[in-house]
Amino acid sequence: MKLPKLLQAVLVVVAVYIAFKLVFSVGLQQPIPSSLLTMYMFFVVVATLLVTTATEESAKEMSGPIKALVEDPSKKTIRNIVFVLVPLLAGWMTYSNLRPSFEAPVELRTIHPAPPGSMKAFGKSYDLAKLENPFRKYQKEDPEKFKALVKEGGAVYYKNCHYCHGDKLDGQGQYAQGFNPLPLNFQDIGTIAQLQESFLFWRIATGGPGLPKEATPWLSAMPVWKDFLTEDEIWKVILFLYDYTGQAPRSWAAH
Amino acid sequence: MSFFSGFKRLTCLTLLLTVLFAGGFTFTSLPVFANTANPEEAVKSEGTTTEAVKEGEKKVEYPPAPKLTVADYPQIGSFNPRILVWIVAQLHLWFAAFVLAVPIFVLIIEALGMATKDQRYDNMAYEFIKVSMAAYSITAIIGGLLTFSLLVFYPDLFKYMASLFSRSMLAYAFLFFAESASLYIYYYGWHWLEGGFKKWVHLTIGLVLNFVGTVLMLLANAWVSFSMSPNGVDPATGAFLGSEWNVIHNFLWNPLNLHRVIANIAYGGSIIGAYAAYKFLGSSSKEDKAHYDWMGYTANVIAVGGLLPLPFAGYWLTKEIYAYSQQMGITLMGGVFAWLFIMQAVLIGALFLSVNYYLWCGMERSEGSVRYTKNIKWIAAAVVACFLVWFTPHTLVLTNQELKALGGPYHKYLGPLGIMPAKNTAVNIMIILTFLSFTLYRRANKIATVSWAAAGSAVQAAIFAGAIANIIFLGVFYGYFTNTAYKVAASIPQVSTTAVVIIFTLIIDSMMFKGAKDVAPLKWGNVPGRSQYALFTLAVSFTWLMGLMGYIRSGIRQHWHVNSIMRDNSINAFTPTIGYAAQVVTLAAVIFMAIVIFIFWLSNISAKKSAAH
Repeated sequence: MKLPKLLQAVLVVVAVYIAFKLVFSVGLQQPIPSSLLTMYMFFVVVATLLVTTATEESAKEMSGPIKALVEDPSKKTIRNIVFVLVPLLAGWMTYSNLRPSFEAPVELRTIHPAPPGSMKAFGKSYDLAKLENPFRKYQKEDPEKFKALVKEGGAVYYKNCHYCHGDKLDGQGQYAQGFNPLPLNFQDIGTIAQLQESFLFWRIATGGPGLPKEATPWLSAMPVWKDFLTEDEIWKVILFLYDYTGQAPRSWAAH
Repeated sequence: MSFFSGFKRLTCLTLLLTVLFAGGFTFTSLPVFANTANPEEAVKSEGTTTEAVKEGEKKVEYPPAPKLTVADYPQIGSFNPRILVWIVAQLHLWFAAFVLAVPIFVLIIEALGMATKDQRYDNMAYEFIKVSMAAYSITAIIGGLLTFSLLVFYPDLFKYMASLFSRSMLAYAFLFFAESASLYIYYYGWHWLEGGFKKWVHLTIGLVLNFVGTVLMLLANAWVSFSMSPNGVDPATGAFLGSEWNVIHNFLWNPLNLHRVIANIAYGGSIIGAYAAYKFLGSSSKEDKAHYDWMGYTANVIAVGGLLPLPFAGYWLTKEIYAYSQQMGITLMGGVFAWLFIMQAVLIGALFLSVNYYLWCGMERSEGSVRYTKNIKWIAAAVVACFLVWFTPHTLVLTNQELKALGGPYHKYLGPLGIMPAKNTAVNIMIILTFLSFTLYRRANKIATVSWAAAGSAVQAAIFAGAIANIIFLGVFYGYFTNTAYKVAASIPQVSTTAVVIIFTLIIDSMMFKGAKDVAPLKWGNVPGRSQYALFTLAVSFTWLMGLMGYIRSGIRQHWHVNSIMRDNSINAFTPTIGYAAQVVTLAAVIFMAIVIFIFWLSNISAKKSAAH
C-alpha cells in the first residue's frame, strides 16, 4: 500500500529526528545541542517540502489532504480538532520557550578570540604576527636536543598544567569538573592544531585576564603564567603540547 | 525624437554626476598636489617621511596619517553617521555589482546570438541591459551620496585616502564618464548598430564598456583592500612612500578582485532571474510566460555559473587574510565574527537548495524528465547532508546542562565538522550534486543516438562517484591526520576534482548528445509558479549574504580606519553585536530590494508604453 505523500513527508522528518536522538544521545552518548538540532531539523523540513513539491503531481498529492481538510464539508470534525490543536501546540511551544527556569541563559562565547598584534611580557614587547618558537628549529637541526626540550616541556606541564588539562591533555584533569566551561582538550583537532605557536604563547603567558574585550565575559580560569614560568618554560611546554598530541602548529611553511 | 531626448537627459545626468565625482575627488586631492608643490608646508606635520626623487636632489615629503580625536568627526545632532555611511556604501556596492555584471553577460549573450543567428538571444540581451539602465543611474546617485557622506562625516579619513590615491581617484572620475558614454551608446545604439559590420562595432563598444567597468571596480577595490592590508606607506606613521602603484597593489587587492568579479556575475544573474520571475508571474499570455521562463532559466544558469567557483575564490581571499594577519584571520573565522559565518553558511546552503529546486521544477518543461525525477530525493538527501555539515559550528551554543553532558565546549563527533576540511569537503560535494541536477535537467528532454551512450553514461557515473570518494578521502585524511599546512593545501586537489567532474561531464555530454533526438519540444512556460520563488530566494539570499559578508570584511579591521595605520577614534568605533549588525544589513537589504522592485516596475510601465505604440 502506497502511503499518502503528506504522511510520507511527516514520517521522513520524524524518522530523521529520532535517528539524530538515537545515534547521538543514546549510541554515542554525545547529544546534539538543542540550538544545533533546531537548525538541523529546520532544514530537514525545508528540504522535505522541496522534494515533495518538485513535480506538479507530487505537489498536488502533498497539498490534496490539506486542501480537503480546509474545504471538504465532510471533514468538519477533524478540521475542528486540528484547528484547536494547532494553536494549542503553538501556545505550548511558546510557553516552553519563555517559561522561567533556574538554568543560566545560553550564551555565545568566543573560545578562540583573536590575539592582539603585540603583547608585553618578561620586560619586552612581542610582535605576535612574527613571533616564532625559538626551539622549533631543533626539530630538524638537532632531534636529540629537541627531544630533551620536549621532555623538559613535559615536566613543566605535569608540574603546572595537568591538574586542569589532564594527564592525557584531554581537558579531563582532577579539577576540570570545577570549571565552567571545562578546560580545553588539546587532543581535539579543532584546538591547538588550528593555531600558530605565537597564539599559544600569548594565551599561556597572559592567561584569562589577557583575553581581549571581545571575549567577555571571558570565563577563563587560566592563570597568568608569565608570573610563574619563564619565557623558555612556556616555549618548551608548547613543544610538549604539540608533540604529545601528534599535532603540528599552524604555519605557512608549505605555501 | 524620444531617443534623442532620452539620451540627452541621461547624458546631462551623467555629466552632472561626473562633475560631482570629479569635483569631489579633485577637491580632496588638492592637498596632495599642494604637498608636492610646497614641501615646506608638508614639513609642518610631525614625523614626515622623505623620499628621494630622481637625482636625489629634490625631496618630496609626505605627511603622516592623521591622529584623530572625537572632535575631528563632525556630528549633526544625534544623527548616526556610521550607519548612514554603512548603508549607503552597501547600497552602492549592490547596485555597482549588478550594473558591472550585467554588461559582461549581455556581451556574451549578444555574441552568442550573433554566432548562432538566433534573434532570441539578441532580444534577451537587450532586455537584460534595459533592466540595468535605471540601476546605473541609481548607482551613480548613491555613489555621489556616499562621497558626500564621507566628506561631511569622515573628512580626515577621506582626505588621507585621497592623498594616497589622488591619481587613481581622478582616473576613476574620468573612467566613470567613459563608462557612462560607452553604456549609453551600447544601449541606445543597439538597434542602430544591427547587422553585418555594424554589429561588430556594437560588440566592440560592449567590450570597451566592460573593460572600463572592470578597471573602475579594480580601482575601488584598491581603496577598500588598502584599508585592510595597507601597503606603500610607512608602517609606523602611515606617511605615503611615493608610489601610488604600491598603495594600489596591496596584499589583499587581487584576492578581492577575483572574488568580486565572480560574485558580481553570480549576483547580476540572480537579480535578472528575479526580474524574469517577476515578469513571469505577472504574465498572462503563453508567449510571455515562455519568454520569461527562458529568461529566468538563462539568468539562473549565469548565477549558478558564478556561484559554483565562488566558494573557492572566497576561500582564497580568507586564506590570504589569514596569511596577512593571524589576528585578522582569527577575528574573522574563530573570534567575534565566527557566528556571522554560520549565518553565511546557512544562506549559501539556501542558495544551493534554491538552485537545485529551480532545476527540479524546470524538469516539468520536458516530457522525458520522468526518467530522472525519481532521483531527486536522493540528490536532495545528499545535498542536505552536506548542507548540515557546511553550517555546523565548531564552537557550540550550549546550555549548562548540555555543556556538562558533552564534557566541554566542543562536540566529540560534530566538533570536527566545524573546521575547514569538513566545510571544503561538504561544499565541493554540494557543487558536484548541483551540477548533477543541472546535467539531469539538460538531458531530460534528449535521447542520445550514439552507439556508446550507455557506456558514456556509465563513465560519467563513475566520474561522479570517484570524485565524491576522492573529495571525502582528501578531506578526511589531509584534514584530520596531517598538520595545518597540508590541511589547507588539500583544498586545491579537492577543487581540482570538482573541476574535473564538470569539465569531463560537459565534454562527454557534448559528444554523446550530438545529433540527439528530442523527446518532445521543450514546453517553455510550463513550470509551476513556486519555481519562480526559488529565483526570488536566490536574489534575496545573495543580497543579504553580500551585505553580511561586506560587513565582516570591513568589520575585521575593528577600531581602525586603515588597519594598524589610522585609528578610528569616533564615538562609533566599536564592533557591533551580531544582532545589531544583522539588523543594519537587513534594513539596507530591504531598502535595496524596494528600489529594485521600483526598477522592475519602471521597466514594466516602459514595456506597456512600447506595446501600446
